[in-house]
Amino acid sequence: MVSVANDIAPLVPHLDHLMVGVTITLKAVFVITALGLVLGVMGAAARLSRFPVLQTSARIYAHIFRGLPEIVIVLASYFGASALITTLFPNSTFQLAPFWAGCIALALTFGAYATEILRAAYLAIPAGEVEAGKAFGMNRQTCFFRIIMPQSLRYALAGLSNLFLVFLKDTSLLSVIGVAELMRQTKIAINYTSLPFTFYLLAALCYLVLTGVTMLLLRTLEKHFTRGMDVSRGQHG
Amino acid sequence: MNDASPPLQSSVVMNRKGSVAAVSVLDLHKSYGSNQVLKGVSLVAQDHDVISIIGSSGSGKSTLLRCINLLEMPDQGEIRIKDELIAIKRTVNFAKPAKAKQIERLRTRLGMVFQNFNLWSHMTVLQNVIEAPIHVKKIPNSEAIEKAEALLHKVGIYDKRHEYPAFLSGGEKQRAAIARALAMEPQVMLFDEPTSSLDPERVGEVLKVIRTLAEEGRTMIMVTHEMHFAREVSSEIIYIHQGKIAEQGKPEQVLGDPQTEQCRNFLARHLRPRDTLKLEP
Ligand SMILES: Nc1ncnc2c1ncn2[C@@H]1O[C@H](COP(=O)(O)OP(=O)(O)O)[C@@H](O)[C@H]1O
Ligand SMILES: [Mg+2]
Repeated sequence: MVSVANDIAPLVPHLDHLMVGVTITLKAVFVITALGLVLGVMGAAARLSRFPVLQTSARIYAHIFRGLPEIVIVLASYFGASALITTLFPNSTFQLAPFWAGCIALALTFGAYATEILRAAYLAIPAGEVEAGKAFGMNRQTCFFRIIMPQSLRYALAGLSNLFLVFLKDTSLLSVIGVAELMRQTKIAINYTSLPFTFYLLAALCYLVLTGVTMLLLRTLEKHFTRGMDVSRGQHG
Repeated sequence: MNDASPPLQSSVVMNRKGSVAAVSVLDLHKSYGSNQVLKGVSLVAQDHDVISIIGSSGSGKSTLLRCINLLEMPDQGEIRIKDELIAIKRTVNFAKPAKAKQIERLRTRLGMVFQNFNLWSHMTVLQNVIEAPIHVKKIPNSEAIEKAEALLHKVGIYDKRHEYPAFLSGGEKQRAAIARALAMEPQVMLFDEPTSSLDPERVGEVLKVIRTLAEEGRTMIMVTHEMHFAREVSSEIIYIHQGKIAEQGKPEQVLGDPQTEQCRNFLARHLRPRDTLKLEP
């Protein structure tokens, strides 16, 4: 027992670093999701609008960001942003923190996928239910907030949950631009301790716990929002 | 009905006693592209009238009904709810309600029941019924719930009030949809083939509810293929053929003594034996 304790003791400070990594990973995925959802709603609204310019721009946006490897977008965003700032404002001392550059990059990708998910969800709303809203005198806002939004949510939730999980893992890409998230912290710990197997295993465990808990939470959320959806019979109302 | 038939100039339609018609529709035209669906339809529903609209599929019955609350925009013609003319803004390319507020307000006075129920699937039956009273008419929650529960009793699905629509039978869905429409306390009920998507054994329970409403003296305009029922509850039957009213009058007149070839053929196809038997006393 004593020898095990002696083995573990030197690892403890590094475990603390891993925990810091976990919080930064979580912070990153929440920022990415929040920004990505905003972009997704805007993208879907543009895709569904009656203006061809908006439709086309949104389609090009979604196409580009779904078509590029995320690592390319992250690197391009980080180095591109600094280059852009120096070019535009040569005297500026402002620097985009790697965390924000990386999150914005991944949010752009999140938004591209969310655009498609939300658009499909909107199109899945039975037209008759929106019509019923109109027929009972609802104005556009009431129709949107009482029928369209809750209905699209229930159709989009599975896709968005999946997206959240994917991006929870994709935050590890931020390590390449020096964001001190879980993966980066793991590598640092390995540099100090030369115990790659131990720390990669610990990192893997952390990711599994994170995704496991997330899945449970999303499950509950999905149950709440898809009440009354009889999937087996495929009927909605 | 002749004395109540709409004059061809635009004006408020009165009945014999001088009260204003609940709904009057004048010379409605509607096309989808080159497909002329309504070719000048006029219709007057006085208070307490039950008007049944019959006609073959594709003749424009739903379009007519949907024009009354502007779910479809007519290309030409006038619609009045009581003495209020619905303002429509027309340009070369499209037509839309001139005042969104007006049509939203008038729609609260027209209770629509759809062929496919169109219940809000993310809400329970009770939530469906209180939704518009609370969010459109701004009635306090408790009052809306109380009234909704009474209505659900009335249509016989009180015990299903916490179910979601997907778990109800067709007949229950349609009764919930009728309760939802009644909850707005509309002056006129519009039914678009309320029993056409039901299993035959479920038709009766819905017709029973509609019959009760007719007996209460509610003003109703109903598209239906239930000839037997239409004859019993209607004050007037309108037969539409290819976007025009081909026959119009008392049920015994239109169903018993049709004047046009098309109507005779239509009835021959749609009157079931028991309907025919009852026609000849
Ligand atoms: N939204 C629409 N777009 C194009 N055509 C339509 C639309 N709605 C109805 N129609 C056409 O209008 C005609 C009449 O339809 P409808 O009023 O639904 O007939 P009914 O209710 O008498 O069966 C049909 O030929 C139908 O195809
Ligand atoms: Mg129809």
